[in-house]
Amino acid sequence: MNKLTSRIDKERLFLGLAAPVLAVVAALVVTALVILATGKNPGPAFNDMLTYGFASDSQVYILNKATTYYLAGVSVAIGFRMNLFNIGVDGQYRLAAFFAAVLGGALTVPGWLAVPLILICAMATGALWAAIAGILKVTRGVSEVISTIMLNSIATAIIAYLLQPGKLAQLQQGGTVVATKPLPSGSHFFSIDTGPAGDLWGFIFIAAAVGIAYWFVLGRTRFGYDLRTVGQSESAAAASGVSVKKMIATSMIISGAVAGLIGMPTLLNDSYQFSSDFPTGIGFTGIAIALLGRNNPIGIALGALLWGFLERTTNHLEFQGYDKEILGVIQGVIVLCVVIAYEVVRRYGLKRQQQKVGAELAAQAAAPTKKQEVA
Amino acid sequence: MRRVAKLSAACIATAALAVTATACGSTSSDNTTSSSSGGGGKGVKIGLAYDVGGRGDRSFNDSAARGADKAEKEFSGSIKELTAKTSDTEADREQRLSDLAQAGYNPIVAVGFSYAPAVTKISAKFPKTNFGIVDSVVAAKNVNSITFTEEQGSYLAGVAAALKTKKDHVGFIGGVDNPLIKKFEAGYVQGVHDTNPKVKVDVQYLSHGQDFSGFSSPDKGQQAAQGMLDNGTDVIYTAAGSSGNGAIEAVHGAKGAWAIGVDSDQYNIPGLAQYKSSILTSMVKNVDVGVYDFIKSVHDGKPLAGNNVYSLAKGGVSLATSGGFITDIQPKLDAAKKKIVDGSIKVKTTP
Repeated sequence: MNKLTSRIDKERLFLGLAAPVLAVVAALVVTALVILATGKNPGPAFNDMLTYGFASDSQVYILNKATTYYLAGVSVAIGFRMNLFNIGVDGQYRLAAFFAAVLGGALTVPGWLAVPLILICAMATGALWAAIAGILKVTRGVSEVISTIMLNSIATAIIAYLLQPGKLAQLQQGGTVVATKPLPSGSHFFSIDTGPAGDLWGFIFIAAAVGIAYWFVLGRTRFGYDLRTVGQSESAAAASGVSVKKMIATSMIISGAVAGLIGMPTLLNDSYQFSSDFPTGIGFTGIAIALLGRNNPIGIALGALLWGFLERTTNHLEFQGYDKEILGVIQGVIVLCVVIAYEVVRRYGLKRQQQKVGAELAAQAAAPTKKQEVA
Repeated sequence: MRRVAKLSAACIATAALAVTATACGSTSSDNTTSSSSGGGGKGVKIGLAYDVGGRGDRSFNDSAARGADKAEKEFSGSIKELTAKTSDTEADREQRLSDLAQAGYNPIVAVGFSYAPAVTKISAKFPKTNFGIVDSVVAAKNVNSITFTEEQGSYLAGVAAALKTKKDHVGFIGGVDNPLIKKFEAGYVQGVHDTNPKVKVDVQYLSHGQDFSGFSSPDKGQQAAQGMLDNGTDVIYTAAGSSGNGAIEAVHGAKGAWAIGVDSDQYNIPGLAQYKSSILTSMVKNVDVGVYDFIKSVHDGKPLAGNNVYSLAKGGVSLATSGGFITDIQPKLDAAKKKIVDGSIKVKTTP
């Protein structure tokens, strides 16, 4: 019995890994062809990506970037597990980072108190913003895709309105950048000095904790079970006594709360203020990473690291004379390949399963006396 | 079983990363040999880090590129260009500058105010490299801050608009409502009202805050200009990057209306040739002059540093005369210019 389960799990693991590996390999092939088409040799390009990407300062950069992307991926994945397409992560994290930055700049309490307050403010803002879409969905049946896209634009407008000198922001030296009041140095999150390689953001531990919490809550609790059930079949969930509406609203809120954390590594470890050049679009990156990681906490981490690696190394490819658009090509191809590869692998897995069941049934028919053992 | 496998995979991955990150890792600068980047040898090696849009935006970045191209030709140097993305964080901007510095590029010009914090940090790391930053101020010994008095040039544009309007109604279209573009608005509005207090000025911004699409949306520029024309304006000044192309197109469709261009002398831009009969003048911001001066100073061994303000007096900003549409009012413009230069007119930088 024990032997049997381990064999099946291995196969599952293999199938699970096959899709992303297939996708990345396919993406590499396509990228190589694109580089060839631009009249350059892909060999040195990949070689440069490897040597540059594994230098120690690049690793620090990649881990820092991946911290942000991981949170984005988890935030989107929470929705995905529920069949909710939270496109609004982008607006949620920007609005959350903005209000958290305003609060952080205004606080005069010591850091050990200020940092948790800033985090709570960010999560609450993200959760509230996502809740609007969740409530619209359960009370009025508004598709969360539409409402979250619109809420993104509204978030942009709100930030634009409040990020003005004299409102919640101030003009910086040189008179060209508007930013919120900088966080006092006591409210900076700790970072690990790795010498010449730069500072590794301490927020990576928070991201890891979020990943563990995600795994635990979804995989090991009643709530997570209900959530996944609703994602797989609403009617079945309702029949087993789960309130679908409540689950939709709750998961949207949790997704938003995690989205609120996305801007925090940048705010607490890097910029210490929210200015008009605060990074945008990470919510959409999160969608790609959640897809790539199959909503699995470790898969998302690998996806986030891959994304950071690609950005770091393609930045340098541009320096080596390759076209900077290569990054977009690789990322786009990976996402496309992932979607295709998952479908291919799923069908293959289904076929294998059918064959196996067929073979087992045939074996049963052939040797009816051994029936009990097989079952 | 499954959980154990997953867990161990995660541990191995983390451990591998941690080990390479701390113990046996070498930084990318150790790996880079200075010869690998080619180019080098004689002449000045110019590193350019553009803002979003990069070379080819017909506006701000292109102007910087012109200055660098001129220097490259004159001093038989080489140029390495890197361009920003909208998803950039500080780390990306720093990487761009430090990559250039590590490869021995000197001077390095950062085009756009978003680079200010990155220049502050990287210029301290490479004290022997000369950095230039356009549109912002960084206080460091090896940094040349190239700024412009956009409000002074815009004041003159306002004077021209007030003198040319027949309906006593003019417009201003800004790309994004950031402090930089507000300098354009402030100068323009003041110029109009100082010339003729009766003239009404409509002001509109195409996008706000973090949304920088207003600098690259000709359709938005066209709609905004059309709206202003319908509302009765007959001179429109647009400071909005490539969105201005749309505004100029809309103005061209209205009889007797004038457009005022920005950054480059837009009368002479080939892509706008069919509308040039409607381009009254352009408020030229000579980023190319600033960039060229800086590269030349490094080439001559006397690198510029500190804040170099390219004012109206120094020819850093000016009104283009191509087309000859403002020849008749030139004396009045010259008088206004003289007053700004001698200080009897103080132009505001905020509206």
